[in-house]
Amino acid sequence: MSEVLLMYLKVFLVGGLICMIGQIIVIRTKFTTARILVIFLMVGAILGGFNIYGYLVEFAGAGATVPITGFGNALARGAILGGLTDGFFGALAGGLLSVSLGISVSIGLSYCVAILSHSKTKKE
Amino acid sequence: MTNTERNAKYLAYVERKSPKASWLKSLLHAFLVGGAICVFGQMIGDILKNIYPLMDINMVSAWSSVSIIVLTVIATGFGVFDKLARFAGAGTVIPITGFANSIASCAIEFKKEGLVFGLGAKMFYVAGPVIVNGVTYSMIVGIIYLLISML
Amino acid sequence: MGKKIGSQTYELNNKVVIIGNAATVGPKEGEGPLKEYFKYIEHDDLMGESTFEKAERKMMEKTIERALKSCGLTENKLDLLVGGDLLNQLVTINYSARDLAVPFLGIYGACSTMSESLAIGSMLIDGGFGDNIACVTGSHFSTAERQYRNPLEFGNQRQTYSQWTVTGMGCSVLSNKGKGPRITRVAMGKVTDWGIKDIANMGAAMAPAAMSTLTAFFKDTKTRPEDYDLIISGDLGKLGSDILKDLMEREKYPLGKNYVDCGHMIYSNAQKAFQGGSGAGCSASVFNSYIISKINENVFKKVLFMATGALMNTTLNQQGESIPAIAHLVMVEK
Repeated sequence: MSEVLLMYLKVFLVGGLICMIGQIIVIRTKFTTARILVIFLMVGAILGGFNIYGYLVEFAGAGATVPITGFGNALARGAILGGLTDGFFGALAGGLLSVSLGISVSIGLSYCVAILSHSKTKKE
Repeated sequence: MTNTERNAKYLAYVERKSPKASWLKSLLHAFLVGGAICVFGQMIGDILKNIYPLMDINMVSAWSSVSIIVLTVIATGFGVFDKLARFAGAGTVIPITGFANSIASCAIEFKKEGLVFGLGAKMFYVAGPVIVNGVTYSMIVGIIYLLISML
Repeated sequence: MGKKIGSQTYELNNKVVIIGNAATVGPKEGEGPLKEYFKYIEHDDLMGESTFEKAERKMMEKTIERALKSCGLTENKLDLLVGGDLLNQLVTINYSARDLAVPFLGIYGACSTMSESLAIGSMLIDGGFGDNIACVTGSHFSTAERQYRNPLEFGNQRQTYSQWTVTGMGCSVLSNKGKGPRITRVAMGKVTDWGIKDIANMGAAMAPAAMSTLTAFFKDTKTRPEDYDLIISGDLGKLGSDILKDLMEREKYPLGKNYVDCGHMIYSNAQKAFQGGSGAGCSASVFNSYIISKINENVFKKVLFMATGALMNTTLNQQGESIPAIAHLVMVEK
């Protein structure tokens, strides 16, 4: 039981910490959301490329995979794995392939939801 | 004083004069919400592992991400996601929720210009750079590793 | 006919009177500190239309109608419609003017459009080029967000120095006869750019332009800030107006309690608009409600109305360019 609690604590702390670092960057610089997403993605991808991010994933589970850094890591690992198993074309396609489920669902569901809804008036 | 010097002085002055966000509060909000979203992801993964003990670890992780994406897109559709985002700042931007919300909000917004030129063309207005940079970098990494492994 | 005095100011010698006016605002503005002064508050900012662009257009058309009604003029008595809006290619006013059988002059001054249109309209009347001219402009939060910033449902946190685009319209009808507040002097601004690149900090980008026009006006007319009952800027917001006060102090024309800003007045702190309102509709709606009422009630007898505009677009901003700004001024007297 205590193992489970410890795991969830690690998830919470690591995930929260990564987001907190993001918030510090938002406050100190005036970067837009898109720029911050790209920075964190690339950090995750670079750490994944050097096989370092995997240790964080083992340590903190979803606390490392849910943030966009995890997305970057998945891209890098996917390309590496693709290269090792399927050669040249695997290296090219492996990255996008590994995150394809997330992207497909985002696109498809957004399409459906967009058809059914519209932008709401904002007061704040 | 040249214009450049004047501008530099003015920029420094504006920096000093601009109100700073309440640092501590916003950091706390980002930490709490970001952590909570990750915990939710972990929970989904653990529940799935319990129900399907033989499920591949990648599948578990994939389902975990997908459930967060689905909830984010639906919340965006109902016009409530942005309320959480105003509160949480980076706490909703950094997790996969940020990516999903950017796609959903663009799709909803630009639907007015039609499904092809509006929704279709502008869906990746914010998320585009993420995918372009990520995929390009992953290709470079994959090729480098391949070349190293062939040596 | 009038004449130019000094570097940027024009003195109008013939009578130019604001005989009619109207302002329409959206729900957020209608809940703000100036709600008593807003005669027309639309609670649905979609105005029953299918897009926010159509709603903005409908709001503008209704405002022009209401302004004409307030002075008993019909369209065919109008010699000219002058005005603009914030959308690309001025589509709001172009499409509104489509249904009016009036000669039309579209102008773009970003958020300075209200004073720019009043300046042009009053100079044309002073020069004998028309008896009745309508000046109109406005903005809509939802259309401005999607053009200049982000989709409405996008989850971003607003910066504390940012402003909220006002959903509002204002229309003034100028004439060479009749009763009402008079426009007596006009100052045309120069484009001023002090290197601010952050589009969330418009106040800082526009304050130097406001300083430039105000000091030119004071120098040209040999007057000082204390000579006026009210000096009101368009949408510098709280930060922008504090910056303007510092800049004017440096120019030895310190602004006192008679200086306020429309953007700072239109929302309360509780409404979370941070630095206050912005957009062409901000100065337009406040001028055509609060300011004109107060002049008619004899509370303010000599007013300097100066709307400020940030003349940028997102493409150039993304290319790393800074934000040029401009401020136009009209002097309105009882």
